[in-house]
Amino acid sequence: MIKIFSARKILTMNPQKPHATHVAIRDGIILGAGSLEELEGWGKYDLDTQFADKVLMPGLVEGHCHLQEGALWSHTYVGFFDRMSPEGDMQAGCKNLDAVLSKLAAAEARLEDPDAPLPAWSLDPIYFDNQRVDRAQLDAISTTRPIGIMHASGHIMNVNSKALELAGLLRHGINHEGVPLGDDGLPTGELKGPDVMSPVSIHVGFDRDMLSCDEQGMWRFGKLCVRAGVTTATDLAARLPDEAVATLRKVTGNTAFPARIVPLRFHHGVSPEDLIKHVEALAPQSTDKLRLGRIKIVVDGSIQGFSARLRAPGYYNGAPNGLWYIAPEHLAYILETSLAKGIQVHCHTNGDEATQLVIDTMRKALRKAPSSDHRFTLQHCQLADTAQFRQIKELGLCVNLFANHHHYWGDQHYDLTVGPERAERMNAAGTAARQGVPFAIHSDAPITPLGPLFTGWCAMNRKTASGRTLGEAEKITLDQALHAITLGAAYTLNLDGEVGSIETGKRADFAVLEDDPEEMGVEGLKDTRVWGTVLGGTPFAAADV
Amino acid sequence: MSDAPLPLTIIGGYLGAGKTTLINQILRHSNGQRLAVLVNDFGALPIDADLIEAQDDDLIALAGGCVCCSYGDDLMLALTRMRTLDPKPDHVLLETSGVALPGKIAGAVSLFGTGIHVLGVVVLADADGLPAQLQDSYLADTIIRQLGSADLVSLTKTDLATPERINSSRFNIGRHAHDAALVENSNDILHHVLSAETSRHSTTAFDAGPHHIELTSRTVTPPGPVDAHALAQSLADTDAVVRAKGHLLNAPDGTLVTLQLVGKRFTLTPADPALKPGIVIIEKRTGNASTAA
Repeated sequence: MIKIFSARKILTMNPQKPHATHVAIRDGIILGAGSLEELEGWGKYDLDTQFADKVLMPGLVEGHCHLQEGALWSHTYVGFFDRMSPEGDMQAGCKNLDAVLSKLAAAEARLEDPDAPLPAWSLDPIYFDNQRVDRAQLDAISTTRPIGIMHASGHIMNVNSKALELAGLLRHGINHEGVPLGDDGLPTGELKGPDVMSPVSIHVGFDRDMLSCDEQGMWRFGKLCVRAGVTTATDLAARLPDEAVATLRKVTGNTAFPARIVPLRFHHGVSPEDLIKHVEALAPQSTDKLRLGRIKIVVDGSIQGFSARLRAPGYYNGAPNGLWYIAPEHLAYILETSLAKGIQVHCHTNGDEATQLVIDTMRKALRKAPSSDHRFTLQHCQLADTAQFRQIKELGLCVNLFANHHHYWGDQHYDLTVGPERAERMNAAGTAARQGVPFAIHSDAPITPLGPLFTGWCAMNRKTASGRTLGEAEKITLDQALHAITLGAAYTLNLDGEVGSIETGKRADFAVLEDDPEEMGVEGLKDTRVWGTVLGGTPFAAADV
Repeated sequence: MSDAPLPLTIIGGYLGAGKTTLINQILRHSNGQRLAVLVNDFGALPIDADLIEAQDDDLIALAGGCVCCSYGDDLMLALTRMRTLDPKPDHVLLETSGVALPGKIAGAVSLFGTGIHVLGVVVLADADGLPAQLQDSYLADTIIRQLGSADLVSLTKTDLATPERINSSRFNIGRHAHDAALVENSNDILHHVLSAETSRHSTTAFDAGPHHIELTSRTVTPPGPVDAHALAQSLADTDAVVRAKGHLLNAPDGTLVTLQLVGKRFTLTPADPALKPGIVIIEKRTGNASTAA
């Protein structure tokens, strides 16, 4: 049965026919976009006018996020910014520490089980003059149940005395750079870095595998996708044990689940040989809504955690260089083997030295296993300079830049981590566009909220949280931003033949908008209201999920 | 089950340094000790099938009471599991990944508190590959930081390396592994690692902090100027001495010199006169450890 949706406007992202008023679909596939007259020739149809006053875009593609965002919403949100919950409840940001503490106290009062932990997330003290949370403040909320607050960066956690006690850390004599001590010689409750957080996080209610997501979390994640206009989203660092794959297949296999999920197998914790074997075994388990068989390599750490690998002149504050998360030989093995076998690889590189290592390794790997359309992608690639973008172009690599990060933490990079000049060139989407490097932009949700239209605004305006325009030359245009969040991201996933534009033969995945992004423009894109999505021809209204 | 802390030795070093070979040797020579060996993954570890008694996804039980456990990306979970093993292992050996910094891992393990006691950090260095690794701009600082965290460095693959590379490796280990002892014989390293159980009760510890592996250290301050070259030579000639460093007033004019000694090699260089004389000597604990100093 053919259905034709009418719309106020359809932004197809297909340059052959950029705008249309109608789109015809059959069996979840687009027959064509155009005027009603142009589409009628396909045969008998139902005209669906429910979007007659809406604007349709291709379903947005988030090329770097984590399903974990869905899982975190079962915990208390204490971020600085207003953030929409999966259920559509706009949670007010906590504008000072008192607001954080009172929100926690209210959440604590609702817990019936006296031993239940109280996990919270997205604290960001840089917005309250770096005022730190200490153990005593959390003890005032409860001394009997463990409390833990994950920072927005994901790199620091604050916990109360009970949590420290359960983890065996409420004692004298701790000597670890990640565990600051108070005047009493006991830990203050601040825990910095994954090594220190992981022994405590399980006691405060976070999953041991911080990046994992349960069934309920996946459904929540699906709701967030609908609210953000997203129809294809990655789960960029998944371990994918059998039981997780079974859950993914079960949930995405449900027709009520509103998104296509692309999980990438994380390299860590498994030998390179076993990694390749695992993704080869995963690939055939793919469905139209679950795309398995890709690899994610984490090459270095994070810039704000000072664990990213930087080239000279290194960190602005003189911090020692960061850490490799993979040995160069293992990187080379995985890249070469994957090229030879046609497995796609995405590499997290935050620092420019990490980016250069991948460039150098890729150059050698391509000589051994020539491949003209590998679409291996540098994820974050935050500090790359122009010369690196030229090499990235030559090697056929793609980049997915962290535009949201620039907005939320650009000021910190300017003042502390890399200094003004490199802060201005971070997430250089303008350079990527000038050099012809295929690029996408991302949220890294849950690190920042899922919302490609907002991410597009970040990349076009490069405004930091303090209002500074950071890197005028790296701004991109509206057309480039809209491309980055649709076809651009789809290209990095090798799905651009399937999703990312509204044109004949592709999947009927749409973002349904109340406002026209072309009218909202560079300044207003972030305020574009989202009605919901259409996935494979089925509408999902944000108001109903 | 006793509440005594679980002794743990960290075995680090870059890819190809021989960590897996050492682990295999250790498992074959456990001599009745119940060893628990933690590896990042089982990938490269060939365990003879006839040694395996039972196996699940991340734990292999071996004949003789030893176990081998892969920790993947959750070391803390694996360590927790070590503490609940029954019977409790006598000694836990933790093999780090090639790019991990053993010092950081020691710090993380120390958060376990009194339940686990880090005996020491052993870093393996490939005599053939080390000079090139230190020339590799991507790797050099990682290798240097690994060496810097070592209590004991084992120079491996000396049979494969040219004398130049071996010398260069020794020199660099002396330069970057300030507080470490150096051993160059695979039987020695095996002995050091496996005898940790006895050394745990030793009352001596050298100045690298809380770790020690059957080595003792002492500080010697000659009362007046000495023939620094002769003293250094005598230390170098003493088999038990693996490392010495510090400053000496050199006879006859009393100028201060810095001694750096690794194994049989030493250097004497002019020192800042403001420094305090005194040398630290690290030696293997043997029956007659007395030296010329």
